[in-house]
Amino acid sequence: MNEKNYIEILNNGSPVLLKNIPVLNYPDFYNLLKEMLSDPDSHCVAYYAFPVENMLKFICCIANDKTSGIAVLSHEQKNHEIALLSLTSEIFAMHVYEREIHENFGVQFRNHPWLKPIRYPSDRFYKGNVMNNYPFYQIESEELHEVGVGPVHAGVIEPGHFRFICNGEKVLHLEIQLGYQHRGIEKLMIQKNDPFQRMILSESIAGDSVIAHGLAHTGLIESLAEHNVSERLQIERNIALELERIAIHIGDTAALCMDVAYQLGQVVNEALRTTIINTTQLWCGNRFGKGLIRPGGSNYPSTDDFIKSMLSTLEETLRRYEDITDRIYSLPSVLSRFDGIGILTQGQAKLTGAVGMAARITGIARDIRKSHPFQYFRQHPVEPVTQISGDVLARGMLRNLEARQSIGLIKQWTKKLNEAEESNKKPDYNYKLQPESFAISLTEGWRGEVCHSAVTGKNGNIIHYKIKDPSFHNWMALALAVRNQEISDFPVCNKSFNLSYCGNDL
Amino acid sequence: MKFAGIFLIIMAAAIFPGIILRVKSIAGGRKGPGIFQPLKDIRVLLMKGSVFSQTTSFIFQIAPTIALATVVIAILLVPVANQDAVFAFEGDFVFFAYLLALGKFFTIISALDTGSAFEGMGANREALFSMLIEPAFFILLATFAMFTGYTSFSDIMTHFHITDNHYVMIFSILGFYVLIQIAMIENSRVPVDDPKTHLELTMIHEVIILDNSGFDKALIHIGTFLKFSIYGALISSYLVPAGWNIGAQVALFIGIQVFFATIIGYLESFRARNKMVKNSQYILTVSAIAIIAFVIVLILTNKL
Repeated sequence: MNEKNYIEILNNGSPVLLKNIPVLNYPDFYNLLKEMLSDPDSHCVAYYAFPVENMLKFICCIANDKTSGIAVLSHEQKNHEIALLSLTSEIFAMHVYEREIHENFGVQFRNHPWLKPIRYPSDRFYKGNVMNNYPFYQIESEELHEVGVGPVHAGVIEPGHFRFICNGEKVLHLEIQLGYQHRGIEKLMIQKNDPFQRMILSESIAGDSVIAHGLAHTGLIESLAEHNVSERLQIERNIALELERIAIHIGDTAALCMDVAYQLGQVVNEALRTTIINTTQLWCGNRFGKGLIRPGGSNYPSTDDFIKSMLSTLEETLRRYEDITDRIYSLPSVLSRFDGIGILTQGQAKLTGAVGMAARITGIARDIRKSHPFQYFRQHPVEPVTQISGDVLARGMLRNLEARQSIGLIKQWTKKLNEAEESNKKPDYNYKLQPESFAISLTEGWRGEVCHSAVTGKNGNIIHYKIKDPSFHNWMALALAVRNQEISDFPVCNKSFNLSYCGNDL
Repeated sequence: MKFAGIFLIIMAAAIFPGIILRVKSIAGGRKGPGIFQPLKDIRVLLMKGSVFSQTTSFIFQIAPTIALATVVIAILLVPVANQDAVFAFEGDFVFFAYLLALGKFFTIISALDTGSAFEGMGANREALFSMLIEPAFFILLATFAMFTGYTSFSDIMTHFHITDNHYVMIFSILGFYVLIQIAMIENSRVPVDDPKTHLELTMIHEVIILDNSGFDKALIHIGTFLKFSIYGALISSYLVPAGWNIGAQVALFIGIQVFFATIIGYLESFRARNKMVKNSQYILTVSAIAIIAFVIVLILTNKL
């Protein structure tokens, strides 16, 4: 195979000229992808199609954990009607990408096991596919029963429908139907040509990953506009990202305790989460960090007073969090609810292309902060934390360890912050993007890798924008993890993954 | 005097759930609602109308009333503070158990009547766990009956004195443990059920009343509160010595009810609930302990 069949992006975020991305015919494209993805260190971070003139252009990006490179290759075709050989039958993790391409453009994939719609966008190819009369998978049997949950749920969570096929209390199969939250963000990113509006939009992709998505967008824009930001700003961005991680991990620990009716763990962790998000509020006026990440500069440079108050809050939070997690993970009644429940095996994680936490609980040390560092992680890569058991306990413990690790990281970085030069650069929205280019930007949010990629047109306007939230893959991991579990354990399994509905629906 | 007992039970029922809530919120470091909040909620519900799903039949509409009626009749059989119950006859505890079971039966079929998948699952769980706890109750009552030689709640209680004999203490402790466990399980508390949860898939009792609203829901809640204090009354009846004067007995009754509620609230604050499959095993263990108490009495009464 010729090496020139793909172009490798060595630095997470660097743009390439569109014309430099090799265009392969489909058999070569297919074989090359198959070969690259058979390497366990590689995984697909983006595979999508978009119309260019009267052609449909397919772009696929494969990230390699060892080399830190991202290989980009493409394929073009005129006639959408030709059925392509499905990659899913060889590499199952590709199933969502192919379903998405099928849903948007009607491209047929031969041998794809199940071209189930993903999010029912308004301009979908098959207008006849309607969410309300979607034919759920069924098993004909006298003994089995179906349980449908949602889309409206008890409690304050997002809409999504879960259809269980159960044998008594045991779940045989779970089908997840999403798309209720579809807002057309990718399209809005193109329509709104105002950079400020795009920034606001990117912060609204998933309410619990404001910083992660905002940072992915900013990284993308800054590299396309060839902006360099100061080290101080990069450190501040890292701190914001880790604060988000700590807050969500602690909040999820509370939610896990609530689901098993362990009141003490719930109330203590809820209180701790509040102290962290209040710290973010102290910094930028918004508890979820909206407005903190901006291209080119920052409206809220960190002050010494803020850093001091943040450090003392973190110190206190760490002490109390260690105290309560030691209790939670040694209490027999809690352990019996977490241990061995909802196991995701490493094989399943690899099969579904699980990313982020869902991969790390099975022992796959995949973390963009290490493999494809961005912002200040380039100078200071982070060693991923892993667990091996893949159950609810592993997901709880991973949260525990990652939150502790993040607090440690922030402490280290604040020392560097003092050495770094002051920079009071304000955000810059008058950037000009490099024309006819492609760029991809990855960040590691608390849930996993967030991927934004964009294609620019002749005069530097964005002609295509693609977002991938970690939930996109991980929902399938959840569906596999609850098989053969009791249906009453589903809520705690679901909560331990805590996947995003709107991140999937966009 | 007999009707004073009923008054006491109703009074205890009024404060019981509030105390549990209060203890749980204090243990959780929160201010929490006042002790009478559950009562205020019931008042609000009573003023509302009920909404009935079109798929339900008359069963769904009469079930809450029947369930409450069975609980009210059951109260008449319970002796309070060493006074005789309103009704007492030989073997009345069997009548008592099946009265409550009748109420539960109607709640379960009304859940099935809604045709909801959740409620079907809940009904299944409720039926299974009620069935499993039944032996514990009867073995326990048989133990007391055999020890005293009487088969009515009132008689058993009047002739049962824990201070008589050191050996009595052994099986009494087991007996009270079993009785408390039965009360917890019958009233859907942690660790078997979680009354606070919002997750339909994990609920047992809460899910089968999911479709009830307004007035009917208030009746169901009143029934639950009363059931609590019935078990509290049973526990205190066995503890209160017959010889005491009435004032001390009433004080002890109230004290025991408050203590019982506090203990439940405290236990619920510091542990997680069981896995659903573990529940069956957990409940059978209660029956096993009841058998131990039974065997001890067999030995004590020289019947073995």
